Formats: sequence, structure tokens, C-alpha cells
Amino acid sequence: MSGIAEQFEDVRQQEQSAHLGMWVFLATEVLFFGVLFFVYSVMRARYPADFAAASRHTDVAVGTINTAILLTSSFTVALAVRASQMQAVRLTRRWLWVTAALGAVFLALKGYEYYKDYSEHLIPAFRFSFEAAHARGAEVFFALYFATTGLHAVHLCIGIAVVLLIARNAARNEHAVEVGGLYWHFVDIVWIFLYPLLYLVSRA
Amino acid sequence: MNTIAAPLLPPSERPDSYLSAGYSVRSWLLTHDHKRIAILFAVSITLLFFVGGTAAALIRIELITPAGDLVSAETYNKLFTMHGVIMVWFFLIPSIPATLGNFLIPLMIGARDLAFPRLNLLSWYLYLAGAVVTIGALLAGGVDTGWTFYTPFSTLFSNTYVIAAVAGVFIVGFSSILTGLNIIVTVHELRAPGMTWFRLPLFVWAIYATSVILVLATPVLAMTLSLMAFERIFRIGIFDPQLGGDPLLFQHLFWFYSHPAVYIMVLPGMGVVSEIITCFARKRIFGYRMMAYAILAIAVIGFLVWGHHMFVSGQSVYAGMVFSVLSYLVAIPSAIKVFNWTATLYKGSIHFEAPMLYTLGFVGLFMLGGLTGLFLAALALDVHLTDTYFVIAHFHYIMVGGTVLAYLGGIHYWWPKITGRLYSDAWARFAAILIFAGFNLTFFPQYLLGVAGMPRRYHEYAPEFQVLHVLSSAGASVLALGFLLPPVYLLWSLRRGEHATANPWNASGLEWRTSSPPPQENFKEIPVVTGPPYDYSPQEGDSMFGQEARELGASASRS
Repeated sequence: MSGIAEQFEDVRQQEQSAHLGMWVFLATEVLFFGVLFFVYSVMRARYPADFAAASRHTDVAVGTINTAILLTSSFTVALAVRASQMQAVRLTRRWLWVTAALGAVFLALKGYEYYKDYSEHLIPAFRFSFEAAHARGAEVFFALYFATTGLHAVHLCIGIAVVLLIARNAARNEHAVEVGGLYWHFVDIVWIFLYPLLYLVSRA
Repeated sequence: MNTIAAPLLPPSERPDSYLSAGYSVRSWLLTHDHKRIAILFAVSITLLFFVGGTAAALIRIELITPAGDLVSAETYNKLFTMHGVIMVWFFLIPSIPATLGNFLIPLMIGARDLAFPRLNLLSWYLYLAGAVVTIGALLAGGVDTGWTFYTPFSTLFSNTYVIAAVAGVFIVGFSSILTGLNIIVTVHELRAPGMTWFRLPLFVWAIYATSVILVLATPVLAMTLSLMAFERIFRIGIFDPQLGGDPLLFQHLFWFYSHPAVYIMVLPGMGVVSEIITCFARKRIFGYRMMAYAILAIAVIGFLVWGHHMFVSGQSVYAGMVFSVLSYLVAIPSAIKVFNWTATLYKGSIHFEAPMLYTLGFVGLFMLGGLTGLFLAALALDVHLTDTYFVIAHFHYIMVGGTVLAYLGGIHYWWPKITGRLYSDAWARFAAILIFAGFNLTFFPQYLLGVAGMPRRYHEYAPEFQVLHVLSSAGASVLALGFLLPPVYLLWSLRRGEHATANPWNASGLEWRTSSPPPQENFKEIPVVTGPPYDYSPQEGDSMFGQEARELGASASRS
């Protein structure tokens, strides 16, 4: 257990504050991403055919594999939380490392996808080319695609850093592991919404 | 109730205070003490207030004559944009929460600090960074979009430093979010033993509700402005109809933040007023629970009324009707507050020290601002009043007549607690009256101008409006003088003012039960709360808390 900061009366108060702080932060994050999801809905209603056409240009295989990877990472971070509750410090560390590694694999695959998008001229405002009939809506689709997945990737990078820091410094502190895990689950949940909205528009 | 000064103690006998905990610049810039961070915020927002005020002064000077003779139309646009951006995001929104809220919340709930002191300091640095970026943009050449950054003007036509200004607002938004997060967690987790939710002072309730709005609304603004910047840089049609975007989408998202932001600005003022009015009427607040519920109701309904800014935008008429009805609903909890303040005064033993003058000014001006808000919430009437000076007058009655007066009232009320010094009450009353008079002379003519059809944001106007504009500008100079006074006599009091006792107003509330200024750890011992807040009696009993006080109050009311 780490020490108690001076503003807290006891350990319990400090832990509850950390938990609530993370929850409130995640509430902010929901609204932050929420704008992008809202804009996506409005634009998809405006360009349904273009969005469907654009969605077919995403790599559904990589997207699906990445979804599986992130879901697995949520499982491993949950195992880390459980292990830390059982005071199994080495096991906690191990599961945290696995979680971070899965996150890194996700990012690598995402990078490969971005490279493919680049070579297929799917980056908006940068030599973007698309079949003329759907070009306008498709550009908006890909703008939102890069905005949402890019912001998600930034969050994942932070998540990996947080998980590694906890593994190094605070694997003994089950509450630190839990708070970090909360954040990781949030990043995962964002992806669970992004996956069908970006990859599965017309593939039902 | 006179403010009785403590005898001057030699330094060795004075209690240790947070101010004497260190004198180096470093001890201020790297402090984790919420009281010092509050002062950092107070100093910075005061500077920005006068920057924004200078822009307003230039606007009012320009408007003395119908011709555009002082500044060009472009400069005029930049001036009102600068005024709006700075006053909204760099003064009004952080004003009470980040200064008085920061200072008082831990003291009022009996805690040693906010839950996350380092985050609190980060919040101030973010504020500073946002201010530097925005002011840089304004000095480099300015922005002419108005504080609302409406598309497609902001993304397609404006040739000014839109992105830099928006970046500053984006950064300061995160400062607000962190302050809000910190306060929410602090109020939930750090209350002293016995400090139940319904024993919280209404100021805490108000700042708490404000924090919830800050946390939920600000990210929407941040993302919306980012999208706008993206559209401006990459020319992707999200908001610009020419590129296939939807300009109403921007307005919806912008006002989804900016209408709740109105309550971010005024709810803390209501909290301050509730504290002061009960102290200076020597009466418990009327309908405490209803006051707390009204704060929450305003915060919740405030999220559902943004569309009343868009009645003439081309949004659906049916949406307009719903937004109109919901906007009327906000009037109910707002009226509850005004009635309860009035009822608190009823048969009270009212004292007219400076904080009370500001507070009474708030109640009157807020009422006028609120009632004219109902005019604007009426669909048909709004068509006539939209984009006229009526709107300007309405929201200045809320923002200046409401928030700024409450802020000044709060600063005067808690000044002895914050600094340990007493200011000159005569000067403070004089300033309060000057501000009230100057304010009304500035903004009441603007209601008349608006009804007569004078549009906002025009730098030239028809000659028949001149009389009212000259009145308004004359009022603005009185107002400016009024705003310049408090910094002078308050700073004077820091050196020459008498030392304050722990409780110069004989007020209830935990913050008055520690020394003035408080020690670094706030309380030598964390207090235990055993009774409701505002245990005032006309008898001016000394200790208002605990069993003794209630017995004292009971016996007093029997006699």
C-alpha cells in the first residue's frame, strides 16, 4: 500500500476518491467521444449510400482481428485486477504486461491499416480519390474514421503507458490496478462501438 | 453587527497561516494548497477581466456616435470577439468556481484540501496556457467571428486567427474539466464527519452542480471546436454547406455546451448570494431543501434548452416549441430561488455591509435578466428580438448583474477570511452602489434599443438610436470606475487594513471556525458537524454550530 496523502483521513477515503475520480473522468470522455458519434450519425443519415460504399474500403479482417485482440486484453486486465486482489504480485505484473502487449499488437495492426488506407488514397484532403458518385460522403466517412480511430489510438497509447507504469510501480496496490483497469475497459468499449460503425455498415 | 478587528498581535503570537507557509515565488508556483491556487486563479482572472473590459470600453466609445469613426468595421468585429471570448472563458466560467470555490469548498465541508491537489495546480497551468495562446491570437491580429465561432463564417470566410483562438479555448476547457472533476470527488468523499448532504451550505451545492455541468458539457465544446478547426484546415464538409456539411449541426453542438455554460456562470453566483443573504439578514435560509433541489433542477433542465438559441436558424418549428416550453421550465426553479431569498429577508435583521449590497443588487438584476429571458424564450417574440441589443442587455443582466456582482460580493464577504485583513467598508459600499448604478445605466437603455430594432454587432447605426447609445456609454464609464475601485482599496487593505478575527461577520459555516487566514492544513482538528447550516438567530449568537447553538436558538425563539 502506498502512503496516505495529507488531504485524506484514511486509506479508504483515498481509494474511493481515486475510483470516483476515474469514473468522473470517464464521464467526460464519453461526452468527448459522444460528439464524434453524434456527427457520425448525422452524416450517415445524410449520406447513407456513400457511407456504405466507403465502409467497404475498410479492412474488415484486420478490424475483426483487432476487435478480438482488444476484447482479450480486457479479459487479461480483469485477470490482473483479480490477481492483485489475491495479493499475487508477480501474476498481476504478468497479466498487466500481457495486456500492454495486446494493446501494442492492436496499434501495430492499426498502423498497417493506416498504411493501406494511405496507399489506396483514402486519406481525406490528401490525394483523396474515390469513385465519383460517392466521393463526397466517403470523404466525410474517412475523415470521421481517422478522427475516431486516431483519437482511440491516442487513448490506447496512454492506456499502455498507464498499465506499464502500474506494473512497474504499483502492482501491489489493488486499487491502482483497478483504476487503471477501468480506463482500459473504457478504451475497449469505445472500440466496440467503432468496429460495427466503421467496418460493418453494409456487410450485414 | 460591526466588523470588530482583532488587536494587532506581534508576529510570534499570530496563528500560522497558509500565507506565511512560504514567501518564495516557487512556494506559490509549485504549491499544492487549494487556498494558494485559488489566489493564483484570482490574480489571473482579474488581469483577464481588465483585458476583456478594455475591449468593452473601446466598443462603447465607438458607439457614442452613429458613424464608425474610432475603429474600422473589422477592428470592431475583433473587439467584440475579444471581449466575448475573454469574458466568457477566461473570466466568467472560472470566476467563482476556481477562486472562491477552490478556496472555500474544502473549508466549508471540513476537509484539508481538494481530493487531487496536483490536478488542481495543473488546472491553473492549463488556464494560463490557454490564456497565453488566446491572447497571442488576439494580439497577433485578432479574430472576427464573434465568441460563438459560427460556421461557415469561421471555417470558410474569416481570414483571422481562428484556429489559434480556438486552441486556447480548447486548452482552457480542460482546465475547467479538471476543476470540476476535483470538486465533484472532493464533495463526495472528503466531507467532515457529520457533514451530510443536506447539511452542506448552498454554496457547496451550487459549485457541485456547476462542476457536474463542467464535466459533462465542456468536452462537447472541445470536440466541436476541434472539428471546426479540422474543417477549416482540411476543407472536409462537416459544418460548411458548400462542402456538404450541416451548419445547424455546429450550432446544436455549440449550444449544447454554451447554454449549460450560462448555468456554469450563474449557479455559483446563486451559491454566493445564498451564503451572504442569510448572514446579513441574520436568518436561516428560507426553504433550504427546495434551494438545493432548485440548483439541481436548473443544472439538469439547463442541458435540455439549447435550441432556444436557434429559433430563427431554420431548425424544425416543432423542435422550437419543445425548446421554448423547456426554457420556460427553467424559470420555475429560478423563481423558487428568488422567492426564497426574498422570504429569507422577510422579518430578518438586515445589515447593509458591502457584501450585502452586492447581493441585493444580484437578486434584483438577476430577476430582471431572468424575466427578459422569458421574452426571448417565446417563439414569436424572439423573431423580433433575435440578434438585437435586447439579447445583449438580457445576458449582461445575468452575466454582469448576476455573476460579476455575486463574485464581487463573495470576494468582499470572504476577503477577511482569505487575507486576514479588513477593507474599508465605506469605500466598498460606495463601489457597490457605483457599480449598480453604472450597470443599470449601461444596460437598461440596451433593452430599449433592442425593442426599437438596433441589431447587435453593428459598428455603425441609424442616428435615432444615438441618445440611448450615449446613455449606455455614459453608464459604461461609471461602471468602469466602479470596477477599478475594488482592486485599489482591497490591495490597500493588504498592507493597511486591520487584522480580521476568525469570524468578523458573525457568520455560521465551518470556514469561519478556523483562523483568518486559515492555517495551511485548514483546521487544527477536523470539525464534527452536528447540525444544519445557517443556524442564525436574530440574537447574533456566537457559535452557530452544535447542540449548544440550537438550544440557544430555541430558547431565544421562546423568549
